[in-house]
Amino acid sequence: MPPAKSWRTYPQTYRLEAARCLDCGKIFFPPRLICSKCHGRRFERFNMKRTGKVLTHTIIRTPGDAFSGEAPFAVGVIEMDDGARLTTQIVDVPFEEIKIGLLVKLEFRRHYCEGADGIINYGHKAVPLRQ
Amino acid sequence: MRDVAVIGVGMQKWGELWETSARDIFVESALLAMDDAGVDTLDAMYVGCMTPGLFAAQEHLGSVMADYLGQGGIPATRVESACASGGLAFRSAYLAVASGMHDVVLAGGVEKMTDISGGEATFALATAADMQWEGVSGVTFPGLYAMMAVAHMDRYGTTREQLAAVAVKNHRNGSRNPRAQFPMEITAEAVINSVKVADPLNILDCSPITDGAAAVIVVPADMVGRAGKPGVKVTGSGHATDTIALHDRDDFASMRAVAQSAERAYAMAGRTAKDIDFAEVHDCFTIAEIIVSEDLGLVEKGKGGPAAEAGETALDGRIPINPSGGLKSKGHPVGATGIAQVVEITEQLRGEAGPRQVKDARIGLAQNMGGSGGSSLVHILEAM
Repeated sequence: MPPAKSWRTYPQTYRLEAARCLDCGKIFFPPRLICSKCHGRRFERFNMKRTGKVLTHTIIRTPGDAFSGEAPFAVGVIEMDDGARLTTQIVDVPFEEIKIGLLVKLEFRRHYCEGADGIINYGHKAVPLRQ
Repeated sequence: MRDVAVIGVGMQKWGELWETSARDIFVESALLAMDDAGVDTLDAMYVGCMTPGLFAAQEHLGSVMADYLGQGGIPATRVESACASGGLAFRSAYLAVASGMHDVVLAGGVEKMTDISGGEATFALATAADMQWEGVSGVTFPGLYAMMAVAHMDRYGTTREQLAAVAVKNHRNGSRNPRAQFPMEITAEAVINSVKVADPLNILDCSPITDGAAAVIVVPADMVGRAGKPGVKVTGSGHATDTIALHDRDDFASMRAVAQSAERAYAMAGRTAKDIDFAEVHDCFTIAEIIVSEDLGLVEKGKGGPAAEAGETALDGRIPINPSGGLKSKGHPVGATGIAQVVEITEQLRGEAGPRQVKDARIGLAQNMGGSGGSSLVHILEAM
């Protein structure tokens, strides 16, 4: 990935910055320029909640080349407590314990490295929220 | 708008065609379609292809194919909507004829997928998803459909065995299709015990990597009869889009674009799901056929799994789905798939499908899908 491409996603990948439509309240992660629900164009930015739950999930056993050394790994759709959603890896939990509704929190982790000399991409992964 | 008909179809055997280039694969099928229609000059052509750049390091495909088809000079357009590129090429040709802009139009599709490694192909296909916000997690295409399967199993109780029933049925149909890439029957046990790809999907739940092409000739309906073969009328064309990322959908166990494209096609044709005699649908994964058959209204919502298991969608069932063998057995050269569906429906409606002929086939439906449901095309074709 060119440096500029990962750099411009830092507000989302590092700070989890989302946007809320000021007209209808719909939440977007990443932020957008126009609301898909009401076509409003005014938004406020906020850093989304770091706790949420698993909506659906799978275990990737045959990944693309960029993740070839990491399989098998779990990924899921996570809905944060404020309603923002993202697709991310679910780690630090046995596969058989990953279920719809599993409570998780996002932690800052290494994502992947692009080749021996490539940029190391960081971002957030979900880990189980243990009571 | 003018009434539109398909008067010629062409398709070669699909597979790993290492001896043939993308352009020759395309031209072979295009010539078959032109011969079938009895035409040697085109007014325009549309070429469905998802990503010749990533698969074959060649863009500008409209010109490449018009040139090598000996039609240089005509307007030729490459059309892209990921795995629905073929369906969109067909719709584009339909609109060009219906509008009165052109008379004899070729709609073709092609993908040359085996010139690159499996990992590179996985990457190329993943570009149909949201590369920025889904791809960064390492989720693959099978992974996205696997997450739909998990949601569908949770919501409706769909079982691992029911997923397998779709693959078994489609391979049984495909074993009767001489152009299928994998024309052999398989057992449910083989599907369930095959290599895991993305839980709960195994390799035999997935459509394969394929080289292949298909082409059809589209004309005004009043031209039918000149070539002597029965014509097939295009009575409905529906196209819809949905969010690019799966995680932005309200429901992971349903695909809104499929339902919307179907509603539009049914309304245009003045038909309902009950009128459909058989369908070719986008079974890129076994769960996809289950969800699509529900969203098209061919089976009740949540009952796609039981319907497949009970034989309702078999060749001799209540509503035969994928008599061609589907993407699963026939192969899935992504840009060609939507056109191949029209080839199958045309041959079925003409009564030319041989051992996989659907009885009393008068009205057929083709459904072609892009990405994880980010786009869908539905066409209804009827015997004239």
